Amino acid sequence: MIKFIETVGRGLIRFVEEFGLVMFLFLAALVWMLRPPLRLRAVFKQMEFVGVDSLLVVILMGTFTGGVLAFQAYHGFRLFGAEGLVGSTVALGMTRELGPVLTSLMVTGRAGSAMAAELGTMRVTEQIDALYTMACNPIKYLVVPRIIAGVLMLPVLTIIADFVGIIGGYLVGVGLLEINSGIYVAKMIEIVELDDIFNGLIKSACFGLILSLVGCYKGFYTSGGAEGVGKATTQAVVVASVSIFISDYFLTAAMF
Amino acid sequence: MIRLVDVHKSFNGQKVLDGLDLEIETGKITVIIGRSGGGKSVLLKHIIGLIRPDRGEVLVDGVDITRLNDRRLNDIRKNFGMLFQDAALFDSMTVGENVAFPLNEHTRLKRRQIDEIVRQKLVQVGLRDVAHKMPSELSGGMRKRVGLARAMALDPKVILFDEPTTGLDPITADAIDRLIVDTQKHTKATCVAISHDIESTFKIADAVAMIYHGKIIVSGTPDAVKASEVPALQQFIQRKAEGPIMNHHVLDM
Repeated sequence: MIKFIETVGRGLIRFVEEFGLVMFLFLAALVWMLRPPLRLRAVFKQMEFVGVDSLLVVILMGTFTGGVLAFQAYHGFRLFGAEGLVGSTVALGMTRELGPVLTSLMVTGRAGSAMAAELGTMRVTEQIDALYTMACNPIKYLVVPRIIAGVLMLPVLTIIADFVGIIGGYLVGVGLLEINSGIYVAKMIEIVELDDIFNGLIKSACFGLILSLVGCYKGFYTSGGAEGVGKATTQAVVVASVSIFISDYFLTAAMF
Repeated sequence: MIRLVDVHKSFNGQKVLDGLDLEIETGKITVIIGRSGGGKSVLLKHIIGLIRPDRGEVLVDGVDITRLNDRRLNDIRKNFGMLFQDAALFDSMTVGENVAFPLNEHTRLKRRQIDEIVRQKLVQVGLRDVAHKMPSELSGGMRKRVGLARAMALDPKVILFDEPTTGLDPITADAIDRLIVDTQKHTKATCVAISHDIESTFKIADAVAMIYHGKIIVSGTPDAVKASEVPALQQFIQRKAEGPIMNHHVLDM
């Protein structure tokens, strides 16, 4: 029993410690973000990495998710003759939920892990110490551009995922399942509100913050050589993904 | 002048520096020797404020850097250059960009002026036509040279060397030793190196200090240190496994 309490207590202490460090890194990044000069070149480089380079996977993910959503919705709705609602279901599902969440998960796997690996390698090869010795703050130089890129690019990627998802749904619904095109589009326009899209984008910005912050945190505090970098990378993906799911619930509860 | 006064530092309850006192003469090469994991790196990192002591003072020109905020500490760091053990070059940048980095960050020089300084610094460390290469294309010795060129970019008053010859073949190690001596002569900078390479130490040092059990147990000119009868020092410089230094007290930092 005592062992159990010890284990739980130790886990809790570690969680509080880590959470404190993440918040510390976040606040430090905020402070450094406001202190000029902003390193635009580094920011654009990260935006390219997080955003442009993720475009293909996000388009593929969005198109097929929209398509599969149309398939599933069609089989359900057909039972009570509501096939016309497939378009709005796909659009609502993509804009509110699947667009932001799946895009963030894809980017976590691609860019969040790379952030942890890159910063982790810089830590274990003393490049972060080297920045300190050259009177440069590594948080400003390394963390701030990544967080800005995460927060700005995730909504952009999400809106693209929403768009291609709706197209994918249309292609399957209208092209393959032969739902009437006019009804499909009209119902979609009637039911989907602009707020659905906006709230989805706000969520995706929050997820962008989470995945970049967790990636940077895990990388920045890496120790233990190559093995440490590997662990940091895995943990970054796991922690960021789980945090995205949990925060998604609370954000959704608050918004809709 | 750099002075460490009664510096204490522990990691996870293990004492690494235990009331360490050390004075480093300006314009000389001081080499701090000691076992691997004996606190040499920790000591060096205290001098440039990468680690803050639990207790004690680190005085640089009379200013205790342990009490400074980040901005003032950075002002002091601009007078320092540091060559890391594996050079710590930024591997996302070319050699030229690495050397130019401190200049881009802390000066308002024009691109052409910076390029010229980079070229000069690289020539000073014996490298030509490498500015466009990536660090991964260089050998260990070349990386150290580039690291030194980067450390010297802002013409610092103090250059710190973290085990400059570790991991190098004897010929390259000797070349790096000469480079350190030449650099010191050329720049008149205060050089502080940590090392466990006895031969190299006595080749380059104007002053030697030995760290043992978190304290400086001997310091002085190389001849005075060699003549010292402190058993731990004699065991160390004679490379004997038996003696007061046992195979424990190992802490990698």
